[in-house]
Amino acid sequence: MSRQKFLLHPAAKPILFLICLLPFSWLAWNVVQAQMGNANVLGANPAEHLIRATGDWTLRFICIVLAVTPLRVISNTPTLARFRRMLGLFAYFYVVLHLLSYSWFDMGFDAADIAKDIAKRPFILVGFSAFLLLTPLAATSFNAAIKAMGAKRWQTLHKLVYLIAGLGLLHFFWMRAAKNNFAEVFVYAAIIVVLLGWRVMQYLRKKRLQLNKIGRSQLSG
Amino acid sequence: LPGGKSAVSGAVTMEKVTDYKDVTSYNNFYEFGTDKADPAKNAHTLVTKPWSVAIEGLVKQPKSYTLEDLIKLSPQEERIYRLRCVEGWSMVIPWVGYSLSELIKKVEPLGSAKYVEFVTQADPRTMPFVGSRVLDWPYVEALRMDEAMHPLALLTFGMYGEVLPNQNGAPVRMVLPWKYGFKSGKSIVRIRFTDKEPRTAWNKAAAQEYGFYSNVNPNVDHPRWSQATERRIGEDGLFAKKRKTLMFNGYEAQVGQLYAGMDLKKNF
Repeated sequence: MSRQKFLLHPAAKPILFLICLLPFSWLAWNVVQAQMGNANVLGANPAEHLIRATGDWTLRFICIVLAVTPLRVISNTPTLARFRRMLGLFAYFYVVLHLLSYSWFDMGFDAADIAKDIAKRPFILVGFSAFLLLTPLAATSFNAAIKAMGAKRWQTLHKLVYLIAGLGLLHFFWMRAAKNNFAEVFVYAAIIVVLLGWRVMQYLRKKRLQLNKIGRSQLSG
Repeated sequence: LPGGKSAVSGAVTMEKVTDYKDVTSYNNFYEFGTDKADPAKNAHTLVTKPWSVAIEGLVKQPKSYTLEDLIKLSPQEERIYRLRCVEGWSMVIPWVGYSLSELIKKVEPLGSAKYVEFVTQADPRTMPFVGSRVLDWPYVEALRMDEAMHPLALLTFGMYGEVLPNQNGAPVRMVLPWKYGFKSGKSIVRIRFTDKEPRTAWNKAAAQEYGFYSNVNPNVDHPRWSQATERRIGEDGLFAKKRKTLMFNGYEAQVGQLYAGMDLKKNF
């Protein structure tokens, strides 16, 4: 049970927190370097790099958070559930940075321009909708919210993450469609299909078990 | 490759020239990869010697020019042009070359020739992404004859006083400063004169997004990128708002008459 002990260690959460913060720290460090005129990884178009990198990390964290439950069940490691909230909140952290980078670097925080842009470009609308849908999930991530809402309703609300993953993927696909550049989109799509497909399989298996049980009880009754 | 002064109107903008490093490390050249850092990494495999350009189709003098002959065909001029990419960024680049019209006059197109097609080298051995399904290779671009004859349309052999780096389309490419960057074919091996409008590479890939003309036009948006504004690479800071894009990329006085009476929303 050393795996369980390791995951229950008081330092486990702070360490994971710092790991999740690494992409942000790396980008922030390079922004400082770029502003000072030093060599950096942001390249000739730092604005574009930051908008894309924060988008990539949002999608990655959505994949990571969707992987928690399958991993927990398959590896029989219930303690993994402790980390799900933090991972989900990091997905929200990176999507906020993504939206902020776009609003700032591309649109100069001009609210009217942003509103027009959302209405005009379908892939921006889809991305923005995914952000809006993710907001109530982040807002109800603390224990008191679960208690206030009741576990059942809370769970139903948080199933929205499946839709959000799909919208995020569509947003990415549409952005890349402009240049027919789908290789990366397909990688993310494959990961999300596997993670959601596993849930469908679980659901169907449970359904079958229930039907079997009902069938048996009817037979015996 | 030194270039002399140009007498062509609009040939030299006084704007700040973009850093050589940015111009050679941030490229769209899909034969070498889809990431803009890829061409600088991968294009060293391109073989530019020997090189020849075949002039074909509806001309009196069809001929294959060696690169050396083509360079000597007319005096080299330095042209400092704005470059506007369809993705919403721009640069200012000092190119070296001469007006394509000099070559066209030499090869004497027939009266029936209405369009000029430019075909890019497509060699899977030296260009690692030729064969990927991103585009239908080879990369093809084209102009209407009057556009091709416009003195700003530059047959380009160098930049920053040197021969073209591979990632920028060595050894010979087109530069059309009033059109989005992708109209300017790179590493050209064939120039063909035709009577029908050629299907161009990006138009074949997504006709509703990339029109034949693809003139820079702030009033006609691309579905993915707003064309009203642009970011000047290396100059417009990270935290500054983008600058306004000009009609025909600021070359309206020179090229506007080519499109007089045309509906530019329809012929985008």
